[in-house]
Amino acid sequence: MTYVNVRFDHKAILKLVKPQSAVLELGCGTGDLLSLLIKERSVRGQGLEIDEQAIYACVAKGLNVIHGDIDSGLAEYEDKSFDYVILNQSLQQIKHPDSVLTDALRVGRKVIISFSNFAYYKSRLQIFFRGRTPVTGALPYQWYETPNLHFLSITDFINYCGLKKIRIERRMYISEDKRIKLLPNLFAQTGIFLADRGL
Amino acid sequence: MKTKRIDKREDGVGVVETQYFIIDSLTLENREKIEHVTLAYETYGDLNENKTNAVLILHALSGDAHAAGLDIEQKNPGWWDSMIGPGRAFDTNKYFVICSNVIGGCKGSTGPSSINPATGRHYALDFPIVTINDMADAQKRLIDHLGIDKLLTAVGGSMGGMLALSWLVRYPDRIRSAIPIATAIKHGPQQIAFDEVGRQAIMADPHWNSGNYYGGPLPAKGLAVARMIGHITYMSDMSMEVKFGRQRKNGTQPFKFTADYEVEGYLRYRGDSFVKRFDANSYLYITKAMDNFDATQWRPLQDSLQGLKTKVLVIAFKSDWLYPAYQSKEIVKACKRSGIETTYCEVDSTYGHDAFLLEIDEETHLISHFLKTVFHEYETA
Repeated sequence: MTYVNVRFDHKAILKLVKPQSAVLELGCGTGDLLSLLIKERSVRGQGLEIDEQAIYACVAKGLNVIHGDIDSGLAEYEDKSFDYVILNQSLQQIKHPDSVLTDALRVGRKVIISFSNFAYYKSRLQIFFRGRTPVTGALPYQWYETPNLHFLSITDFINYCGLKKIRIERRMYISEDKRIKLLPNLFAQTGIFLADRGL
Repeated sequence: MKTKRIDKREDGVGVVETQYFIIDSLTLENREKIEHVTLAYETYGDLNENKTNAVLILHALSGDAHAAGLDIEQKNPGWWDSMIGPGRAFDTNKYFVICSNVIGGCKGSTGPSSINPATGRHYALDFPIVTINDMADAQKRLIDHLGIDKLLTAVGGSMGGMLALSWLVRYPDRIRSAIPIATAIKHGPQQIAFDEVGRQAIMADPHWNSGNYYGGPLPAKGLAVARMIGHITYMSDMSMEVKFGRQRKNGTQPFKFTADYEVEGYLRYRGDSFVKRFDANSYLYITKAMDNFDATQWRPLQDSLQGLKTKVLVIAFKSDWLYPAYQSKEIVKACKRSGIETTYCEVDSTYGHDAFLLEIDEETHLISHFLKTVFHEYETA
């Protein structure tokens, strides 16, 4: 399969989603991923997004989207309302990632989490040699303008899942449109995980 | 945000004539019957062959069937004219748009000011207590009469939103979608309180005469005060500041307690002009219907919505303190619990409750795209 002008991380997430499933995307932005999933996987999609202008963009794409914040917007869903709950680059921006992840695993049968790896080697170099808060392709913001409230590494997330007894079913590491196999916590810019509560 | 806005009057639907549909007998929720009920309505655009493009517009407390175009006598534009017409949110090139008045009203439909066929006199307070659901039932009879099996949407703001919720809960198989705007599942005590002050103002007017004022002097002062209170609740402190500030009126008379400030003059003007077009008893009946409305009357809203294929678009406005956004979020919460496809937008507006009549660009964007999706799904279903 080849897609023109589709973000590499979106393509990776697409591979994790089964056709005809029900998907809730938390922090769906302007709805590019959700549109892709509807087009390519015929999913029943629902978005949740805080930004009013992004809502207008989603509606123009014909998406179902609810204007609200993730921290309080997730609790209102019943258990196992969706096959997948997706957090694509939104985990870092929510106030209470722990409670949101707990709730996402309750509301979705499976959860897809994609985030920028803070321990990417270029970030490490910037901290170590330049003494600066890292600014990289996957973390493009200066400290004073970043929407990210939390910074985590791939190892942080894997440890967290172990601690919380979250089963990681699949993991994908990518950097600049390439899959990374070797030392992902060092060489991957983005980690993508398919997780659930296990049995 | 950029949306196409065509707002030149000559681009609208043109001159329209109100039509009247007669229902032989309507049984109300309280089991009472009204005979020979008239329902005023207007239509714009054409019903397609498969009858899949019909939209029902539901008006607010003081609205009427004249939603778009110019009326035949006064040439006044409809109350939602900027939303209905070729290329507008409810595009009459694509959709068949129906706007129906409500029973209990005074704009061509049967209400307390109508003649009771049993007595030959005005109903006045002999008119039965009607509910929002009764109003929706009468409208459903009209939709049956027009031969429409399924509406593309039932849409309205404020009381119109309650009617949309009534359709959603009671006739979900007759609509593909519902668009409740700036509304609530039920009134809270603050909303009931404002309505009650309005009713008390009417009933305190000596001309009201227990509702028997037809043919004599009208309870004009009372109804005007009710409307003035209403208008305060429809605005926001910010919109009043922008519109009036502490601006004084020019040429005020040297009497005490004249309308010194612009805001006073505005309210008096609004109150006085309302009296010319609205019946005081209808105001009592309709506000009571709104206060009594509860979309969870029989069961929780999420249970009513469970398993429905109906899509819902909920719109609220940030500065609306009469129907605050949290009341719209209650609707959204029920939609989430029930698992139906939902879109919600809280539009950043400073206009207060009036925003649903004024934020045309945002509403046009949301509604036109939403309707397009619903129509496409209906056509391909």
